[in-house]
Amino acid sequence: MSRRLSRWATALAAVLALAGVTACGSGRPAASASPSAPASGAKEVTVFAAASLTGTFTELGKAFEAANPGTTVRFNFGSSATLAQQIVQGAPADVFAAASPATMKTVTDAGLASAPATFVRNRLQIAVPAGNPAGVDELKDLADPKVKVALCAPQVPCGAAAVKALEAAGLKVTPVTLEQDVKATLTKVELGEVDAALVYTTDVIASGGEVRGIAFPEAGQAVNDYPIAALAKAPAGDLAGRFVDLVLSQRGKDVLIKAGFEAP
Amino acid sequence: MSGSQGSRPAPGGGAGAARTGGREVSGRLPWMLVAPAVLGLAFLVLPLAGLLIRAPWSTLLQRLAEPQVLEALRLSLVSATVATAACLLLGVPLAWLLARVEFPGRRLVRALVTVPLVLPPVVGGVALLLVLGRRGLVGQWLEATFGVTLPFTTAGVIVAEAFVAMPFLVISVEGALRAADRRFEEAAATLGASRWTVFRRVTLPLIMPGVVAGAVLCWARALGEFGATITFAGNFPGTTQTMPLAVYLALETEPEAAIVLSLVLLAVSVAILAGLRDRWVAAP
Amino acid sequence: MTLHARLVVTRPAFTLDITLEVAPGEVVALLGPNGAGKTTALRALAGLLALSEGEIVLDGRPLHTLPAEHRPIGMVFQDYLLFPHLSALDNVAFGPRCQGASRAEARRTAAELLERVGLAAHAAARPRQLSGGQAQRVALARALAVRPRLLLLDEPLAALDAHTRLEIRSRLRRHLADFDGATVLVTHDPLDAMVLADRLIVIEHGAIVQQGAPGEVARRPRTDYVARLVGLNLYRGLGDGARIKVGELAFSTVEQVEGPAFVAFSPAAVALYRTRPDGSPRNLWRARIDGIERHGDNVRVHLEGPITAVADITPAAVAELDLAPGREVWASLKAAETHAYPA
Repeated sequence: MSRRLSRWATALAAVLALAGVTACGSGRPAASASPSAPASGAKEVTVFAAASLTGTFTELGKAFEAANPGTTVRFNFGSSATLAQQIVQGAPADVFAAASPATMKTVTDAGLASAPATFVRNRLQIAVPAGNPAGVDELKDLADPKVKVALCAPQVPCGAAAVKALEAAGLKVTPVTLEQDVKATLTKVELGEVDAALVYTTDVIASGGEVRGIAFPEAGQAVNDYPIAALAKAPAGDLAGRFVDLVLSQRGKDVLIKAGFEAP
Repeated sequence: MSGSQGSRPAPGGGAGAARTGGREVSGRLPWMLVAPAVLGLAFLVLPLAGLLIRAPWSTLLQRLAEPQVLEALRLSLVSATVATAACLLLGVPLAWLLARVEFPGRRLVRALVTVPLVLPPVVGGVALLLVLGRRGLVGQWLEATFGVTLPFTTAGVIVAEAFVAMPFLVISVEGALRAADRRFEEAAATLGASRWTVFRRVTLPLIMPGVVAGAVLCWARALGEFGATITFAGNFPGTTQTMPLAVYLALETEPEAAIVLSLVLLAVSVAILAGLRDRWVAAP
Repeated sequence: MTLHARLVVTRPAFTLDITLEVAPGEVVALLGPNGAGKTTALRALAGLLALSEGEIVLDGRPLHTLPAEHRPIGMVFQDYLLFPHLSALDNVAFGPRCQGASRAEARRTAAELLERVGLAAHAAARPRQLSGGQAQRVALARALAVRPRLLLLDEPLAALDAHTRLEIRSRLRRHLADFDGATVLVTHDPLDAMVLADRLIVIEHGAIVQQGAPGEVARRPRTDYVARLVGLNLYRGLGDGARIKVGELAFSTVEQVEGPAFVAFSPAAVALYRTRPDGSPRNLWRARIDGIERHGDNVRVHLEGPITAVADITPAAVAELDLAPGREVWASLKAAETHAYPA
């Protein structure tokens, strides 16, 4: 009888463990996946950052680990809106770097962060596939119905910026698709499925020459501010603030500007 | 399948005296099965409960009436249905080939059929672009010969959905074909039926429950398809924005709207499937 | 000869090699133990199994080169294999439809055939609503509906209970008598074979071991299997004109055979004694009882000794003689009760 009981207990434990994983480990004894494990010397900082920061922040994370021996920086890159939702729903993040003030506002409105600082800005460019098959030179070429254009959906920051830029230019552009994020938009250009798209300068640079970027003056009307903030309930405590400091430092600026961002 | 089992009296339930003597073994609920079954059901149903609890009921009707929502819903239903039809047209013969014809490399082919199941849908979408896109291997030729481009069209949505959903149909139908008694086909042959007649008049009716089950799975998968669709067909209201795409984008700015859209999709699909099921069960 | 066939099917560890001749209107039963190759032979005739070698010629036309659907055959399967999604009528109409008849025409043919097998009232029934006997008759009607020149029946009565079997057997006999083509039926039941067939072909291990008219086969079995089927003791010996030597025993028989010979006798012809009987019957031997079992109204006693034999005696005799396994007894047999024929 007792053997049967113990078998049940094992099975139940397994099920609970599974349930625990989906519930982000709340109320569970500290296990390896928990970001807050300050008992030993090892410390972790969990940074939620916009997908467009993937390259630069990974580099800065290494620099942070080098400067603070014994610490590990873990990243969760994704759509800013999704990240903001995750933080509001209680995800254990220390730092949030968003691609738009609006998504940061979701988090500050919830009282989870205060006084975000703008650390970089990003400007739109026209991206065209190698060879520029449709001969796009300036923004008004995008209004030509023969030119297939991809834009980000207006719900995501790059889409909102595109709407602003096109409005500023007084252009009516009918895209063939409204992509869910800037990477997906860029992919359509890279594969030559569209003749042009509006994406960030940083994305053009990150594509490594697969697409060509064309700067246009109206982009100045739609510059995107990137705010960053240490979260109020950061499990990593003051390490969170130190990571933000690194991003705002000259060292941070150098890395970001090299990738195509602009200083605020 | 008749559902009349419930009217059978429980063993030992009639006479009170039967309880004192040992109850029939079959009358006891096997907890080893019931407990995980209940847990499993809870696991599947609780997220739905979460949606229902968080739904902004007051604005529900108003959102439903929005033309964009109706358009996305219509597009979802039409494209999922056409995709299912396409899967039936191609998938049933494919299942037949896998189940009935011995050819070298059959095991490999069977494994390949399940590729879309394993592939992350977004990757599937990229793969489709590489083949059927404007510069794709086949897509280039399609455009040059027929002037047809699939990406960013409703046809593209159907292609993406069919790609992801077809394995469900093929696997289900192949299983039915393997389970079917082949001697009925032999009997038909001795009566002078050609192989095509055998398939049409004997095999197909025999495996119909498997075909229906596969088509339902296929349709449901197509209806919920997101990754391959948005990657291959893009997202534009009216032509390629299906409900899951609308839900995803609504999630970016208005999570409540996303919940409403999800519930609409869910309610419509459950209603359709339940309706179908009744019809099939009622069929003679 | 309407059907001439040499069927060779080679499989690992099994070879079927038989030659069949069936005249128009003749019913031939393939009889044999499980695994003898009867069904294999039938499937080869139907075209459901490829021949490794040989030929099938029906009415002067080669059949073995045609696929099953082009052979002028009708087949009744062991469990009938009525299409579950079609009514009895449409099951019977299936063949005519495949042969190009219009729907109405096919249904008319089917209705006639159902009428003939006495099932007109069940035309609309699905197979699962039919009793075993009814299903068998629908299966027969379905096979006859294609107007076959060769009718194949695989264990046509095996799936029926004893009572239904009796009735269906006599019905089937009448239908087979009406059929003017060749009929080959497969069975492992000697009674079915005797009642239904004009000629028996006994197959063991893929080869024909005996064939002939049912009465002839029953009276003169040539293998242990056939002897057991027809309920006879059978021995192979050497005749010298007066007696037939089987091992150390010499049987006195009525028929005189010179050279290799079979001796057969019924278990009921054997008498048992506790002590050596007086008057010394011609055939007498000492045996040990190996086993006793009930056999119909009688008791069957298995005997070991110079020959292995079975004897059927009355329960009263068992009690009177106090027979039990292990006992020694004397067994005797009148010469008039034995049957001898050349091997």
